[in-house]
Amino acid sequence: MRRFLSRKLITYLIAFVIGVTVDWGIPRLIPGDPVQAYLSQFRLQPAGYDALYKTMSEAFGTNGSAWDQYMHYWQSILTWNMGVSIGNFPARVTTLIGQALPYTLALLIPAIVLSYILGNRLGAAAARRKGLDNSVLPLGYVFQAMPYPWLALIIPYLLAVVWHVFPLSGGYSNSLLPTWSWTFIGSLLTHWFLPFLTVFLVSLGGWAIGMRNLVIYELENDSSRYLRALGARERVIRRYAYRNASLPQLSGLALQLGVVVGGNIVTEIAFQYPGLGKLLYTAIGNKDYFLLQGIFIFIIIGVLIANFVIDLVFISIDPRTRLSMQGAPA
Amino acid sequence: MSLADTLQEPGAPVPGAPARPAAALRPRRNDFLYYGLRNKKLVFGLGLEILLVILAIIGPSISPHNTTDYFKLNASPTGANWLGTDFQGHDVFAQLVNGLRESYLVGALGAVSAAIVGMVLGFIAGWRGGILDEILQLLTNVIVMIPSLVLLVVVGAYLNTRSVLFEGVFIGLTTWPWVARAVRAQTFSLRSREFVDLARLSGKRPTSIVIRDIAPNMASYLFLVVILLFGSSMLLAASYDFLGLGPSGVVSLGGMMQNANLNSALFFKEWWWFFPPGLVLTAMVASLLVANVGLDEVFNPKLRES
Amino acid sequence: MSLTVENLSVAYRSRRGDITAVDSVSFRLADGEIMGLAGESGSGKSTIGNALIYMDPRMKLAGGKALLDGKELPLSDNDAMRKLRMTEVSLVPQYAMSALPPTRRIGKIIADLLKSHGIKDRDEVLSELLRRLELIGLKDEILRRYAFELSGGMRQRVTIIMSSLLNPSLLIADEVTSALDVSTQRAVGEMLIEFRDRGYIKSAIAITHDLSILAQIADSITIMYAGRLAEKASTAAITEAPLHPYTQALIASLPEVGVRHEDTTLTGIPGRPPSLVNPPSGCRFRERCPFAFEKCTETPPFAEIRPGHQVACWKVSQEHGGGARVTVPAGAIADSASTKGTGK
Repeated sequence: MRRFLSRKLITYLIAFVIGVTVDWGIPRLIPGDPVQAYLSQFRLQPAGYDALYKTMSEAFGTNGSAWDQYMHYWQSILTWNMGVSIGNFPARVTTLIGQALPYTLALLIPAIVLSYILGNRLGAAAARRKGLDNSVLPLGYVFQAMPYPWLALIIPYLLAVVWHVFPLSGGYSNSLLPTWSWTFIGSLLTHWFLPFLTVFLVSLGGWAIGMRNLVIYELENDSSRYLRALGARERVIRRYAYRNASLPQLSGLALQLGVVVGGNIVTEIAFQYPGLGKLLYTAIGNKDYFLLQGIFIFIIIGVLIANFVIDLVFISIDPRTRLSMQGAPA
Repeated sequence: MSLADTLQEPGAPVPGAPARPAAALRPRRNDFLYYGLRNKKLVFGLGLEILLVILAIIGPSISPHNTTDYFKLNASPTGANWLGTDFQGHDVFAQLVNGLRESYLVGALGAVSAAIVGMVLGFIAGWRGGILDEILQLLTNVIVMIPSLVLLVVVGAYLNTRSVLFEGVFIGLTTWPWVARAVRAQTFSLRSREFVDLARLSGKRPTSIVIRDIAPNMASYLFLVVILLFGSSMLLAASYDFLGLGPSGVVSLGGMMQNANLNSALFFKEWWWFFPPGLVLTAMVASLLVANVGLDEVFNPKLRES
Repeated sequence: MSLTVENLSVAYRSRRGDITAVDSVSFRLADGEIMGLAGESGSGKSTIGNALIYMDPRMKLAGGKALLDGKELPLSDNDAMRKLRMTEVSLVPQYAMSALPPTRRIGKIIADLLKSHGIKDRDEVLSELLRRLELIGLKDEILRRYAFELSGGMRQRVTIIMSSLLNPSLLIADEVTSALDVSTQRAVGEMLIEFRDRGYIKSAIAITHDLSILAQIADSITIMYAGRLAEKASTAAITEAPLHPYTQALIASLPEVGVRHEDTTLTGIPGRPPSLVNPPSGCRFRERCPFAFEKCTETPPFAEIRPGHQVACWKVSQEHGGGARVTVPAGAIADSASTKGTGK
């Protein structure tokens, strides 16, 4: 177990270093000067331009040698000082991220967890019942094939525009101020539901199909054949198959995180939902490079933490990772 | 979307692995064709895909209008404008068929570049093993963890002009780990087989063993992986285009949805603007997925319905 | 008689029609007998083993029956067979290395199996289990282990213990030794004999392509060729004085003891077994047989040449002449349209 975890932690560390390096390197590798690109949006007097350029370059860390810049960047990340947003001057990047984060987590965590649990249940049931399979399988493929932006358009179109069941967009009603009142919480929930549904539905199909295929495969593998040859009840054999199939599904969950996070960004933008995705979109529009860098590194950290959590769950159900310390003969 | 999830499906064929009851039951080449033509999933998926490809190829020429022609603004579908017009009075059908073509192009570029990088690294890792394998696996795990869309967004945000080639290749450069994993695992299991030993003993060079002896044995499996990547590249590109970070000056399906969203098509109930591009894209990817499952069943007799 | 198999035919469904992998096979197994069943891959030996315990959906019973302790086994009735598996007929599979479910402890797997068979008094079975583990030198803490923690030989032994735990009348051991090194092979073979001697199993069929293993553990050996029985006799008779030309060739090509020879192509005899899709009429070894003559275009009966020694060969029947009692399998009559006068 210790070996499994330490291997994983090394991978995370390297991923983090690469993430930070990429984040630092992209604006510098790409032709053109980001500060110049930002300032060229405005009509400035030459003197003002020069002064602004100098100040911003210093703040952005584009002066000094590459190594100094790189070290400077690490320092700012480790001290959690990501600078000031240009677009939302003078708000700090970390403050903006902190404000958007609860919304993103409120979408992502329930969508990921529920789609995973429900999808797996659905898939296992489909592997058992031919009738159910005939509807789960095609529907699963369709959901899996749906582009996030499309679902993020047709769901609100149907449920908010054609039938006025839910609000069309935003994080809460414009007529309310954020307070801890029941009206406000109700508004939060109704605004939350449709973007949640979008992220949930796209993932659901994949998990259902994955589980269905794995269970069917497990039901044909050697250990199932052996249980069958020893007269185990079909129910018992399925239970074993489900447990075996849960392992690849769980590592699949870790691998899917990046995709779901990406999909979540698209969904937030389509719904004007005030999470990290929308913040990222605003940052792109404003050429707000500090904010862009901050969000990127923050998402990387978030995905790494989520991976770690999944690893812990994995250890709890896979005896192989738990016991690999005991040096059993292969 | 969890296409990648399908990639680790263990039902994929390992050549020669299933023990068959009798030597007489070994599949023949034409068995693939036989089962292929009788596999409903494959015939349906491939059939729909071919129809869409044909539409992508001849669509722009059969469309009565160009994407730049002007008509009445925000008009619902009519005999003249089959799918209506957008906020600038451009014909939606013309955009749709052009966007279709662009999607296929990006998907193919993404899948091919991912396949090339993934195959080279996967073969090296699987064949050489040892420390090189450890390093490449680490790299693979790291790349898999970094959300590709976010990376694309950040890179794209710094670029002023972007091309279709850039988008496709960039997508490929973030999705190759799927190919690399598959190829590595297969190379690993194949390199200890007798026929590879034989090749090695007969003094063949490693590259020639990999190309002549190993690659053909995993061709079917590799094909399945690349098909899935083709689909996921198209989906990724649509999200990317939707964020306004797609190729400059090109009509794309994601871009159509972006325009619809930005110009309140939802609010004005202009469904013809955003519904068709997503529907077509869903059909493109879903038929690929279904064909993929069908192919898997054809290649892998264990999965065939008895 | 522990097991009586009469005219058993088993087919695989395929797109070129049914493939009869086992064609009208009859044999008997005495109480306490360990019978070796040998043949090349594709000869149908594993199919017999599978048919007697679990017919997968691609297989179907094409004729004949099997009686265990006088009662007919409901071979094609999966539900009825389920109750008999492990309790009456049991299997040590070919894939013993991967047979144990990976995510549960051995003890839990056994408990689940007992529950499936509705066994109430689990303590009694448990103490018996512990006794048997001790007998073969495994510690009882193995029940708290996962399959991946065990070595290949340990997994093999655990599988044998599990499969024989409920004292089945018939244990089918399918290629049990093929994945093991020579010393483990011997240990596993001795374990089978020990279990038989102690009455844990009443009889056993050891399926293998490795005749040298059978020489050590089997009381009798049955040789199969292309879906039919070629010869059955005591182990000594098969290894020292085989009668069927195919058995003779097999014995002659036998390498040193313990060396594997999977998919042996018989050196000295050109050709390969016929396709079972459209098998030729008559003796199926005819094409490769150095002694073939006109009579061989008819299907030879599986005739008892001497007490306890049956051979399906016209030449052998002729040589051992009039005294031979000829048992005519019903299946042979059924296909006698193409092979007239089988019973003469």
